Amino acid sequence: MSQSTNPTSQFQTDANRVTADVDRRSFLRSSLRGYQTTRNATQDRFLNYESARIAAGDAKWEAIENLDVYLAQFADKLEARGATVHWCSDSEEAREAILDIIKQHDAKSVIKSKCMTTEEIHLNDLLEKEGFEVVESDLGEFIVQLRDEAPYHFVFPAMHLKKEEINTLFQEKLKSINTDDPEELTMVAREVLRQKYLSADIGISGANFGVAETGMISITENEGNARLTTSLPKVHIALMGIEKIIPRLEDLALMLPMLATAGTGQHLTCYNSQLGGPRQDDEIDGPVEMHVVLLDNHRTRLLADPEQRDALRCIRCGACLNVCPIFKNVGGHTYGTTYQGPIGSVITPHLRGLKDWKHLSHSSSLCGACSETCPVKIDLHHHLLRNRRDAAGKGQGGLAEKTLMLGFTIVMRRPWLYRLTGRLGKLGHVLTKPIHGTRIDPFYAWKKTRDLDDPAKQSFKQYWKSRK
Amino acid sequence: METALKISLFIPCYVDQLSPHIGIAMVNVLERLGHEVNYPEGQTCCGQPAFNSGYFPEAKKVADHFLDTFADADLVAVPSGSCTAMIRKFYPELYQDSPQAKEVSELGGRVFEFTELLVNQLGVTDVGAKLNGTATYHDGCHGLRELGIQDAPRKLLENVQGLSLVEMDEAQSCCGFGGTFAIKFPQISTAMTQVKLGSATQTEADYLISGDPSCLMQIGGYFSRQKSSIQCLHIAEVLDQQ
Repeated sequence: MSQSTNPTSQFQTDANRVTADVDRRSFLRSSLRGYQTTRNATQDRFLNYESARIAAGDAKWEAIENLDVYLAQFADKLEARGATVHWCSDSEEAREAILDIIKQHDAKSVIKSKCMTTEEIHLNDLLEKEGFEVVESDLGEFIVQLRDEAPYHFVFPAMHLKKEEINTLFQEKLKSINTDDPEELTMVAREVLRQKYLSADIGISGANFGVAETGMISITENEGNARLTTSLPKVHIALMGIEKIIPRLEDLALMLPMLATAGTGQHLTCYNSQLGGPRQDDEIDGPVEMHVVLLDNHRTRLLADPEQRDALRCIRCGACLNVCPIFKNVGGHTYGTTYQGPIGSVITPHLRGLKDWKHLSHSSSLCGACSETCPVKIDLHHHLLRNRRDAAGKGQGGLAEKTLMLGFTIVMRRPWLYRLTGRLGKLGHVLTKPIHGTRIDPFYAWKKTRDLDDPAKQSFKQYWKSRK
Repeated sequence: METALKISLFIPCYVDQLSPHIGIAMVNVLERLGHEVNYPEGQTCCGQPAFNSGYFPEAKKVADHFLDTFADADLVAVPSGSCTAMIRKFYPELYQDSPQAKEVSELGGRVFEFTELLVNQLGVTDVGAKLNGTATYHDGCHGLRELGIQDAPRKLLENVQGLSLVEMDEAQSCCGFGGTFAIKFPQISTAMTQVKLGSATQTEADYLISGDPSCLMQIGGYFSRQKSSIQCLHIAEVLDQQ
């Protein structure tokens, strides 16, 4: 996970470690199995889930295709009710904007509700370095924060941990009683967090949707922590990627159940809040100031790509992770990215550079389970293929691979050469027998864990000739 | 009996070299059904290895050769969902905006994976095969998700005398092959097959059957290394059992 190693070798090393941990993998698989069962049942309650997917994709598509108009409308409406909107083109600008607000208020402590975009800009690191106390109020986020870890899954941040491990963690860090009862553990965290809400000067949240028509952010959650985070402290800052826009309030009628269904298998999450500004004159509570920080951070680079801009439709439900056989076997931390799983593998090369992150496009069997499940119908696995194409086109595959592919083309366009290669292959197979199965066997990467049939004595082509 | 059709065979390169028996079984079944089978001898590969690795122009050159070889074919039978998907689904992507786009999409409409050819094109669900035992079917991802093949192989297997079909857990989860993925990330690829072995073993099946030789190379290779007693067979081999 260290930043200094290159992302490709870090991925390979972590994948080696996690795939060897059979116990952890089966724990992950059984957690996700439970998710899949409830999600299927909830999907079945839609009159027609497939049309709901199409409609949800269309609503997001409309927003993405008219982002300039809808973002301006969203910001105008928010500002009309007294909120301040900050337009930030990258992480640096967003971090500065947020830090400025916090400093202006002489704040000491910050409470946060779950927000992956703050992970994307590494906000916690900065705030802690600047001497502020930062507390994550979502239970899963709170747990990974205590462990000084990144979220494992962008919807279920602590899904990799067993309750026994959380018990040990809480005893160590919170001087908690010895219990692995989930309800008791939750109460321990709640006790700590309630105090933090009351003392926090600033509340930072994300936004699941930004409604252009009304200028409201919409927050989806199950614990009520986002409500407290956005209403108790006197200043509320919401950080939102520009792609979170939806055109109309009525779109939420579809998007909220789609997000809940695809994300957690619920019909609706326990809490859904729409916030459209700070406390108004005739209101008795709510924050005195509300800031909405809009973040580009290379999303417009993706927007400029006509083939892959549909990836901006993503509502971060995490469904593609939950069905992905790669995610299930390497876990979330292996990716080394803010957004794990198929969607992360698609967008990270656009957000952070293809050269360093192209391995994520290759570390997929392109099985398509992600595209099949995506509630807004993003063409995820084909985008991985397109990223592979772009990397190869830029020569990033290396000279050896390029030469191999050239050789492949030469052979496969010439039937006589193909036949000759087949015969040479058989000869080569016999000649290399002494090294078969050893590390210098050219097929070692395969044969280390799998048997491989010997070339057939008679190819199909030879069989066909012989039967004439 | 349906009218006899002229069916051209496309035997993918790795089937040609490593498991020709799959191609031979397909020939036997088609001929037993009374069809006239031919084998365009210039054929090599569909180009998928290059395409899958991101080398689209290189893949297109191999695709050009495929188009030349099969230009006159009325109907093409392929014992692999993956190679069929390459031709029907991905060739159009390679040839978009090219003068051959129309030819490519028309050819795609004449190329069929073996089980969809039998069930959907030839209207056959019982080929008169016999095999005693219990089997579980593994859906190859390309056949399943790119081509929508799901019922055809099951209908055919249900009619095999003596064979009972048991669905395994996560039958539609990838086996871990994925082309170059299996070599570039062998640890993940193998972990996925390990899960598959667990699911297949639970069914107590004698056979694991699939329509994709590449999945069988992966699954069979791992199962045999793990000394599993489950025999991995291509569906053509099963349908060829008398």
